[in-house]
Amino acid sequence: MDVNIILALFLAVIMIVVAVAALMAKRVRTAVLAAGLVSLVASIMFLLLAAPDVAMTEAAIGSGLTTIIFFYVLNKIRRSDV
Amino acid sequence: MYKNILILALLVGLGILLSTAITDREENTSLPELPAYYADNTAKEVGAANMVTAVIVTYRGFDTLGEVTILFVSAALIAMFLKTGNRRKNRNPRPSSVILSTAQKLLFPLIILFGAYVFANGHLTPGGGFQGGAIIATAFLLWLMANPEGEMRHGILSSLEAFSGTFYVIIGVVGVILGVGFLNNSILPLGELGRLFSAGAIPVIYSLIGLKVGAELSNILHHLNEVQNEE
Repeated sequence: MDVNIILALFLAVIMIVVAVAALMAKRVRTAVLAAGLVSLVASIMFLLLAAPDVAMTEAAIGSGLTTIIFFYVLNKIRRSDV
Repeated sequence: MYKNILILALLVGLGILLSTAITDREENTSLPELPAYYADNTAKEVGAANMVTAVIVTYRGFDTLGEVTILFVSAALIAMFLKTGNRRKNRNPRPSSVILSTAQKLLFPLIILFGAYVFANGHLTPGGGFQGGAIIATAFLLWLMANPEGEMRHGILSSLEAFSGTFYVIIGVVGVILGVGFLNNSILPLGELGRLFSAGAIPVIYSLIGLKVGAELSNILHHLNEVQNEE
């Protein structure tokens, strides 16, 4: 098998596991971090699928800015279980 | 129990539907009509080495203007809802760690430079205004994390945003006046394929979009940072 396909399958498994972890997480903080990780792995996936433009956007916005905006908002609403 | 069986049935049905997409799939040996047109004609019509950029900025330039407008409206709404005034007297955030503030001093100019590189080379290499703008915004994010009390000069950001938005539309209108069409890039000479100063107005337009997106996202982050720890 091609190295790219093995890498893509590996990344896909990681993505699914982390996405399920984001859904199952007890604390919102963990869920937000897991969602950011999904975006980070997705950006590598986009690079493998020959879409570097999308990969850059996903890495900068999906895993960088969105995660931090989530944390800003979580800090603002200040719930005890976050 | 009943609900679980329904969910399982739904998943199996979805799996069967999607599996036909894999089994019936055959490899395309030639490009479909529209991509083939872009692949054949981009270099001589637009003069951009990066075909994605040629489509985004020139062939579908009007859509991009709409996207920029959407981002502007969301930034304006966030600014409206998070209007703070001068109520940030009794903030007392934890000081940021030495590692973060030292790394921020080192990385901030480099990230800004990389963002500028990405949008200035949008017509040659992958990336462009939106990507470069987002990278610049992450530099400001790092700065805000290292200096939570820091006062950003958001007057400069706002005027930069207004300037680039206006100039973007002016470039489009110049195309109409010259008779080549709204947002057409051939108002400037196309130049030699693959050079930095080529592809007509694309580098100018993408730099303006990059500055605009970077300023908008930084402004959003600044507003969100200002309302932290505030009752």
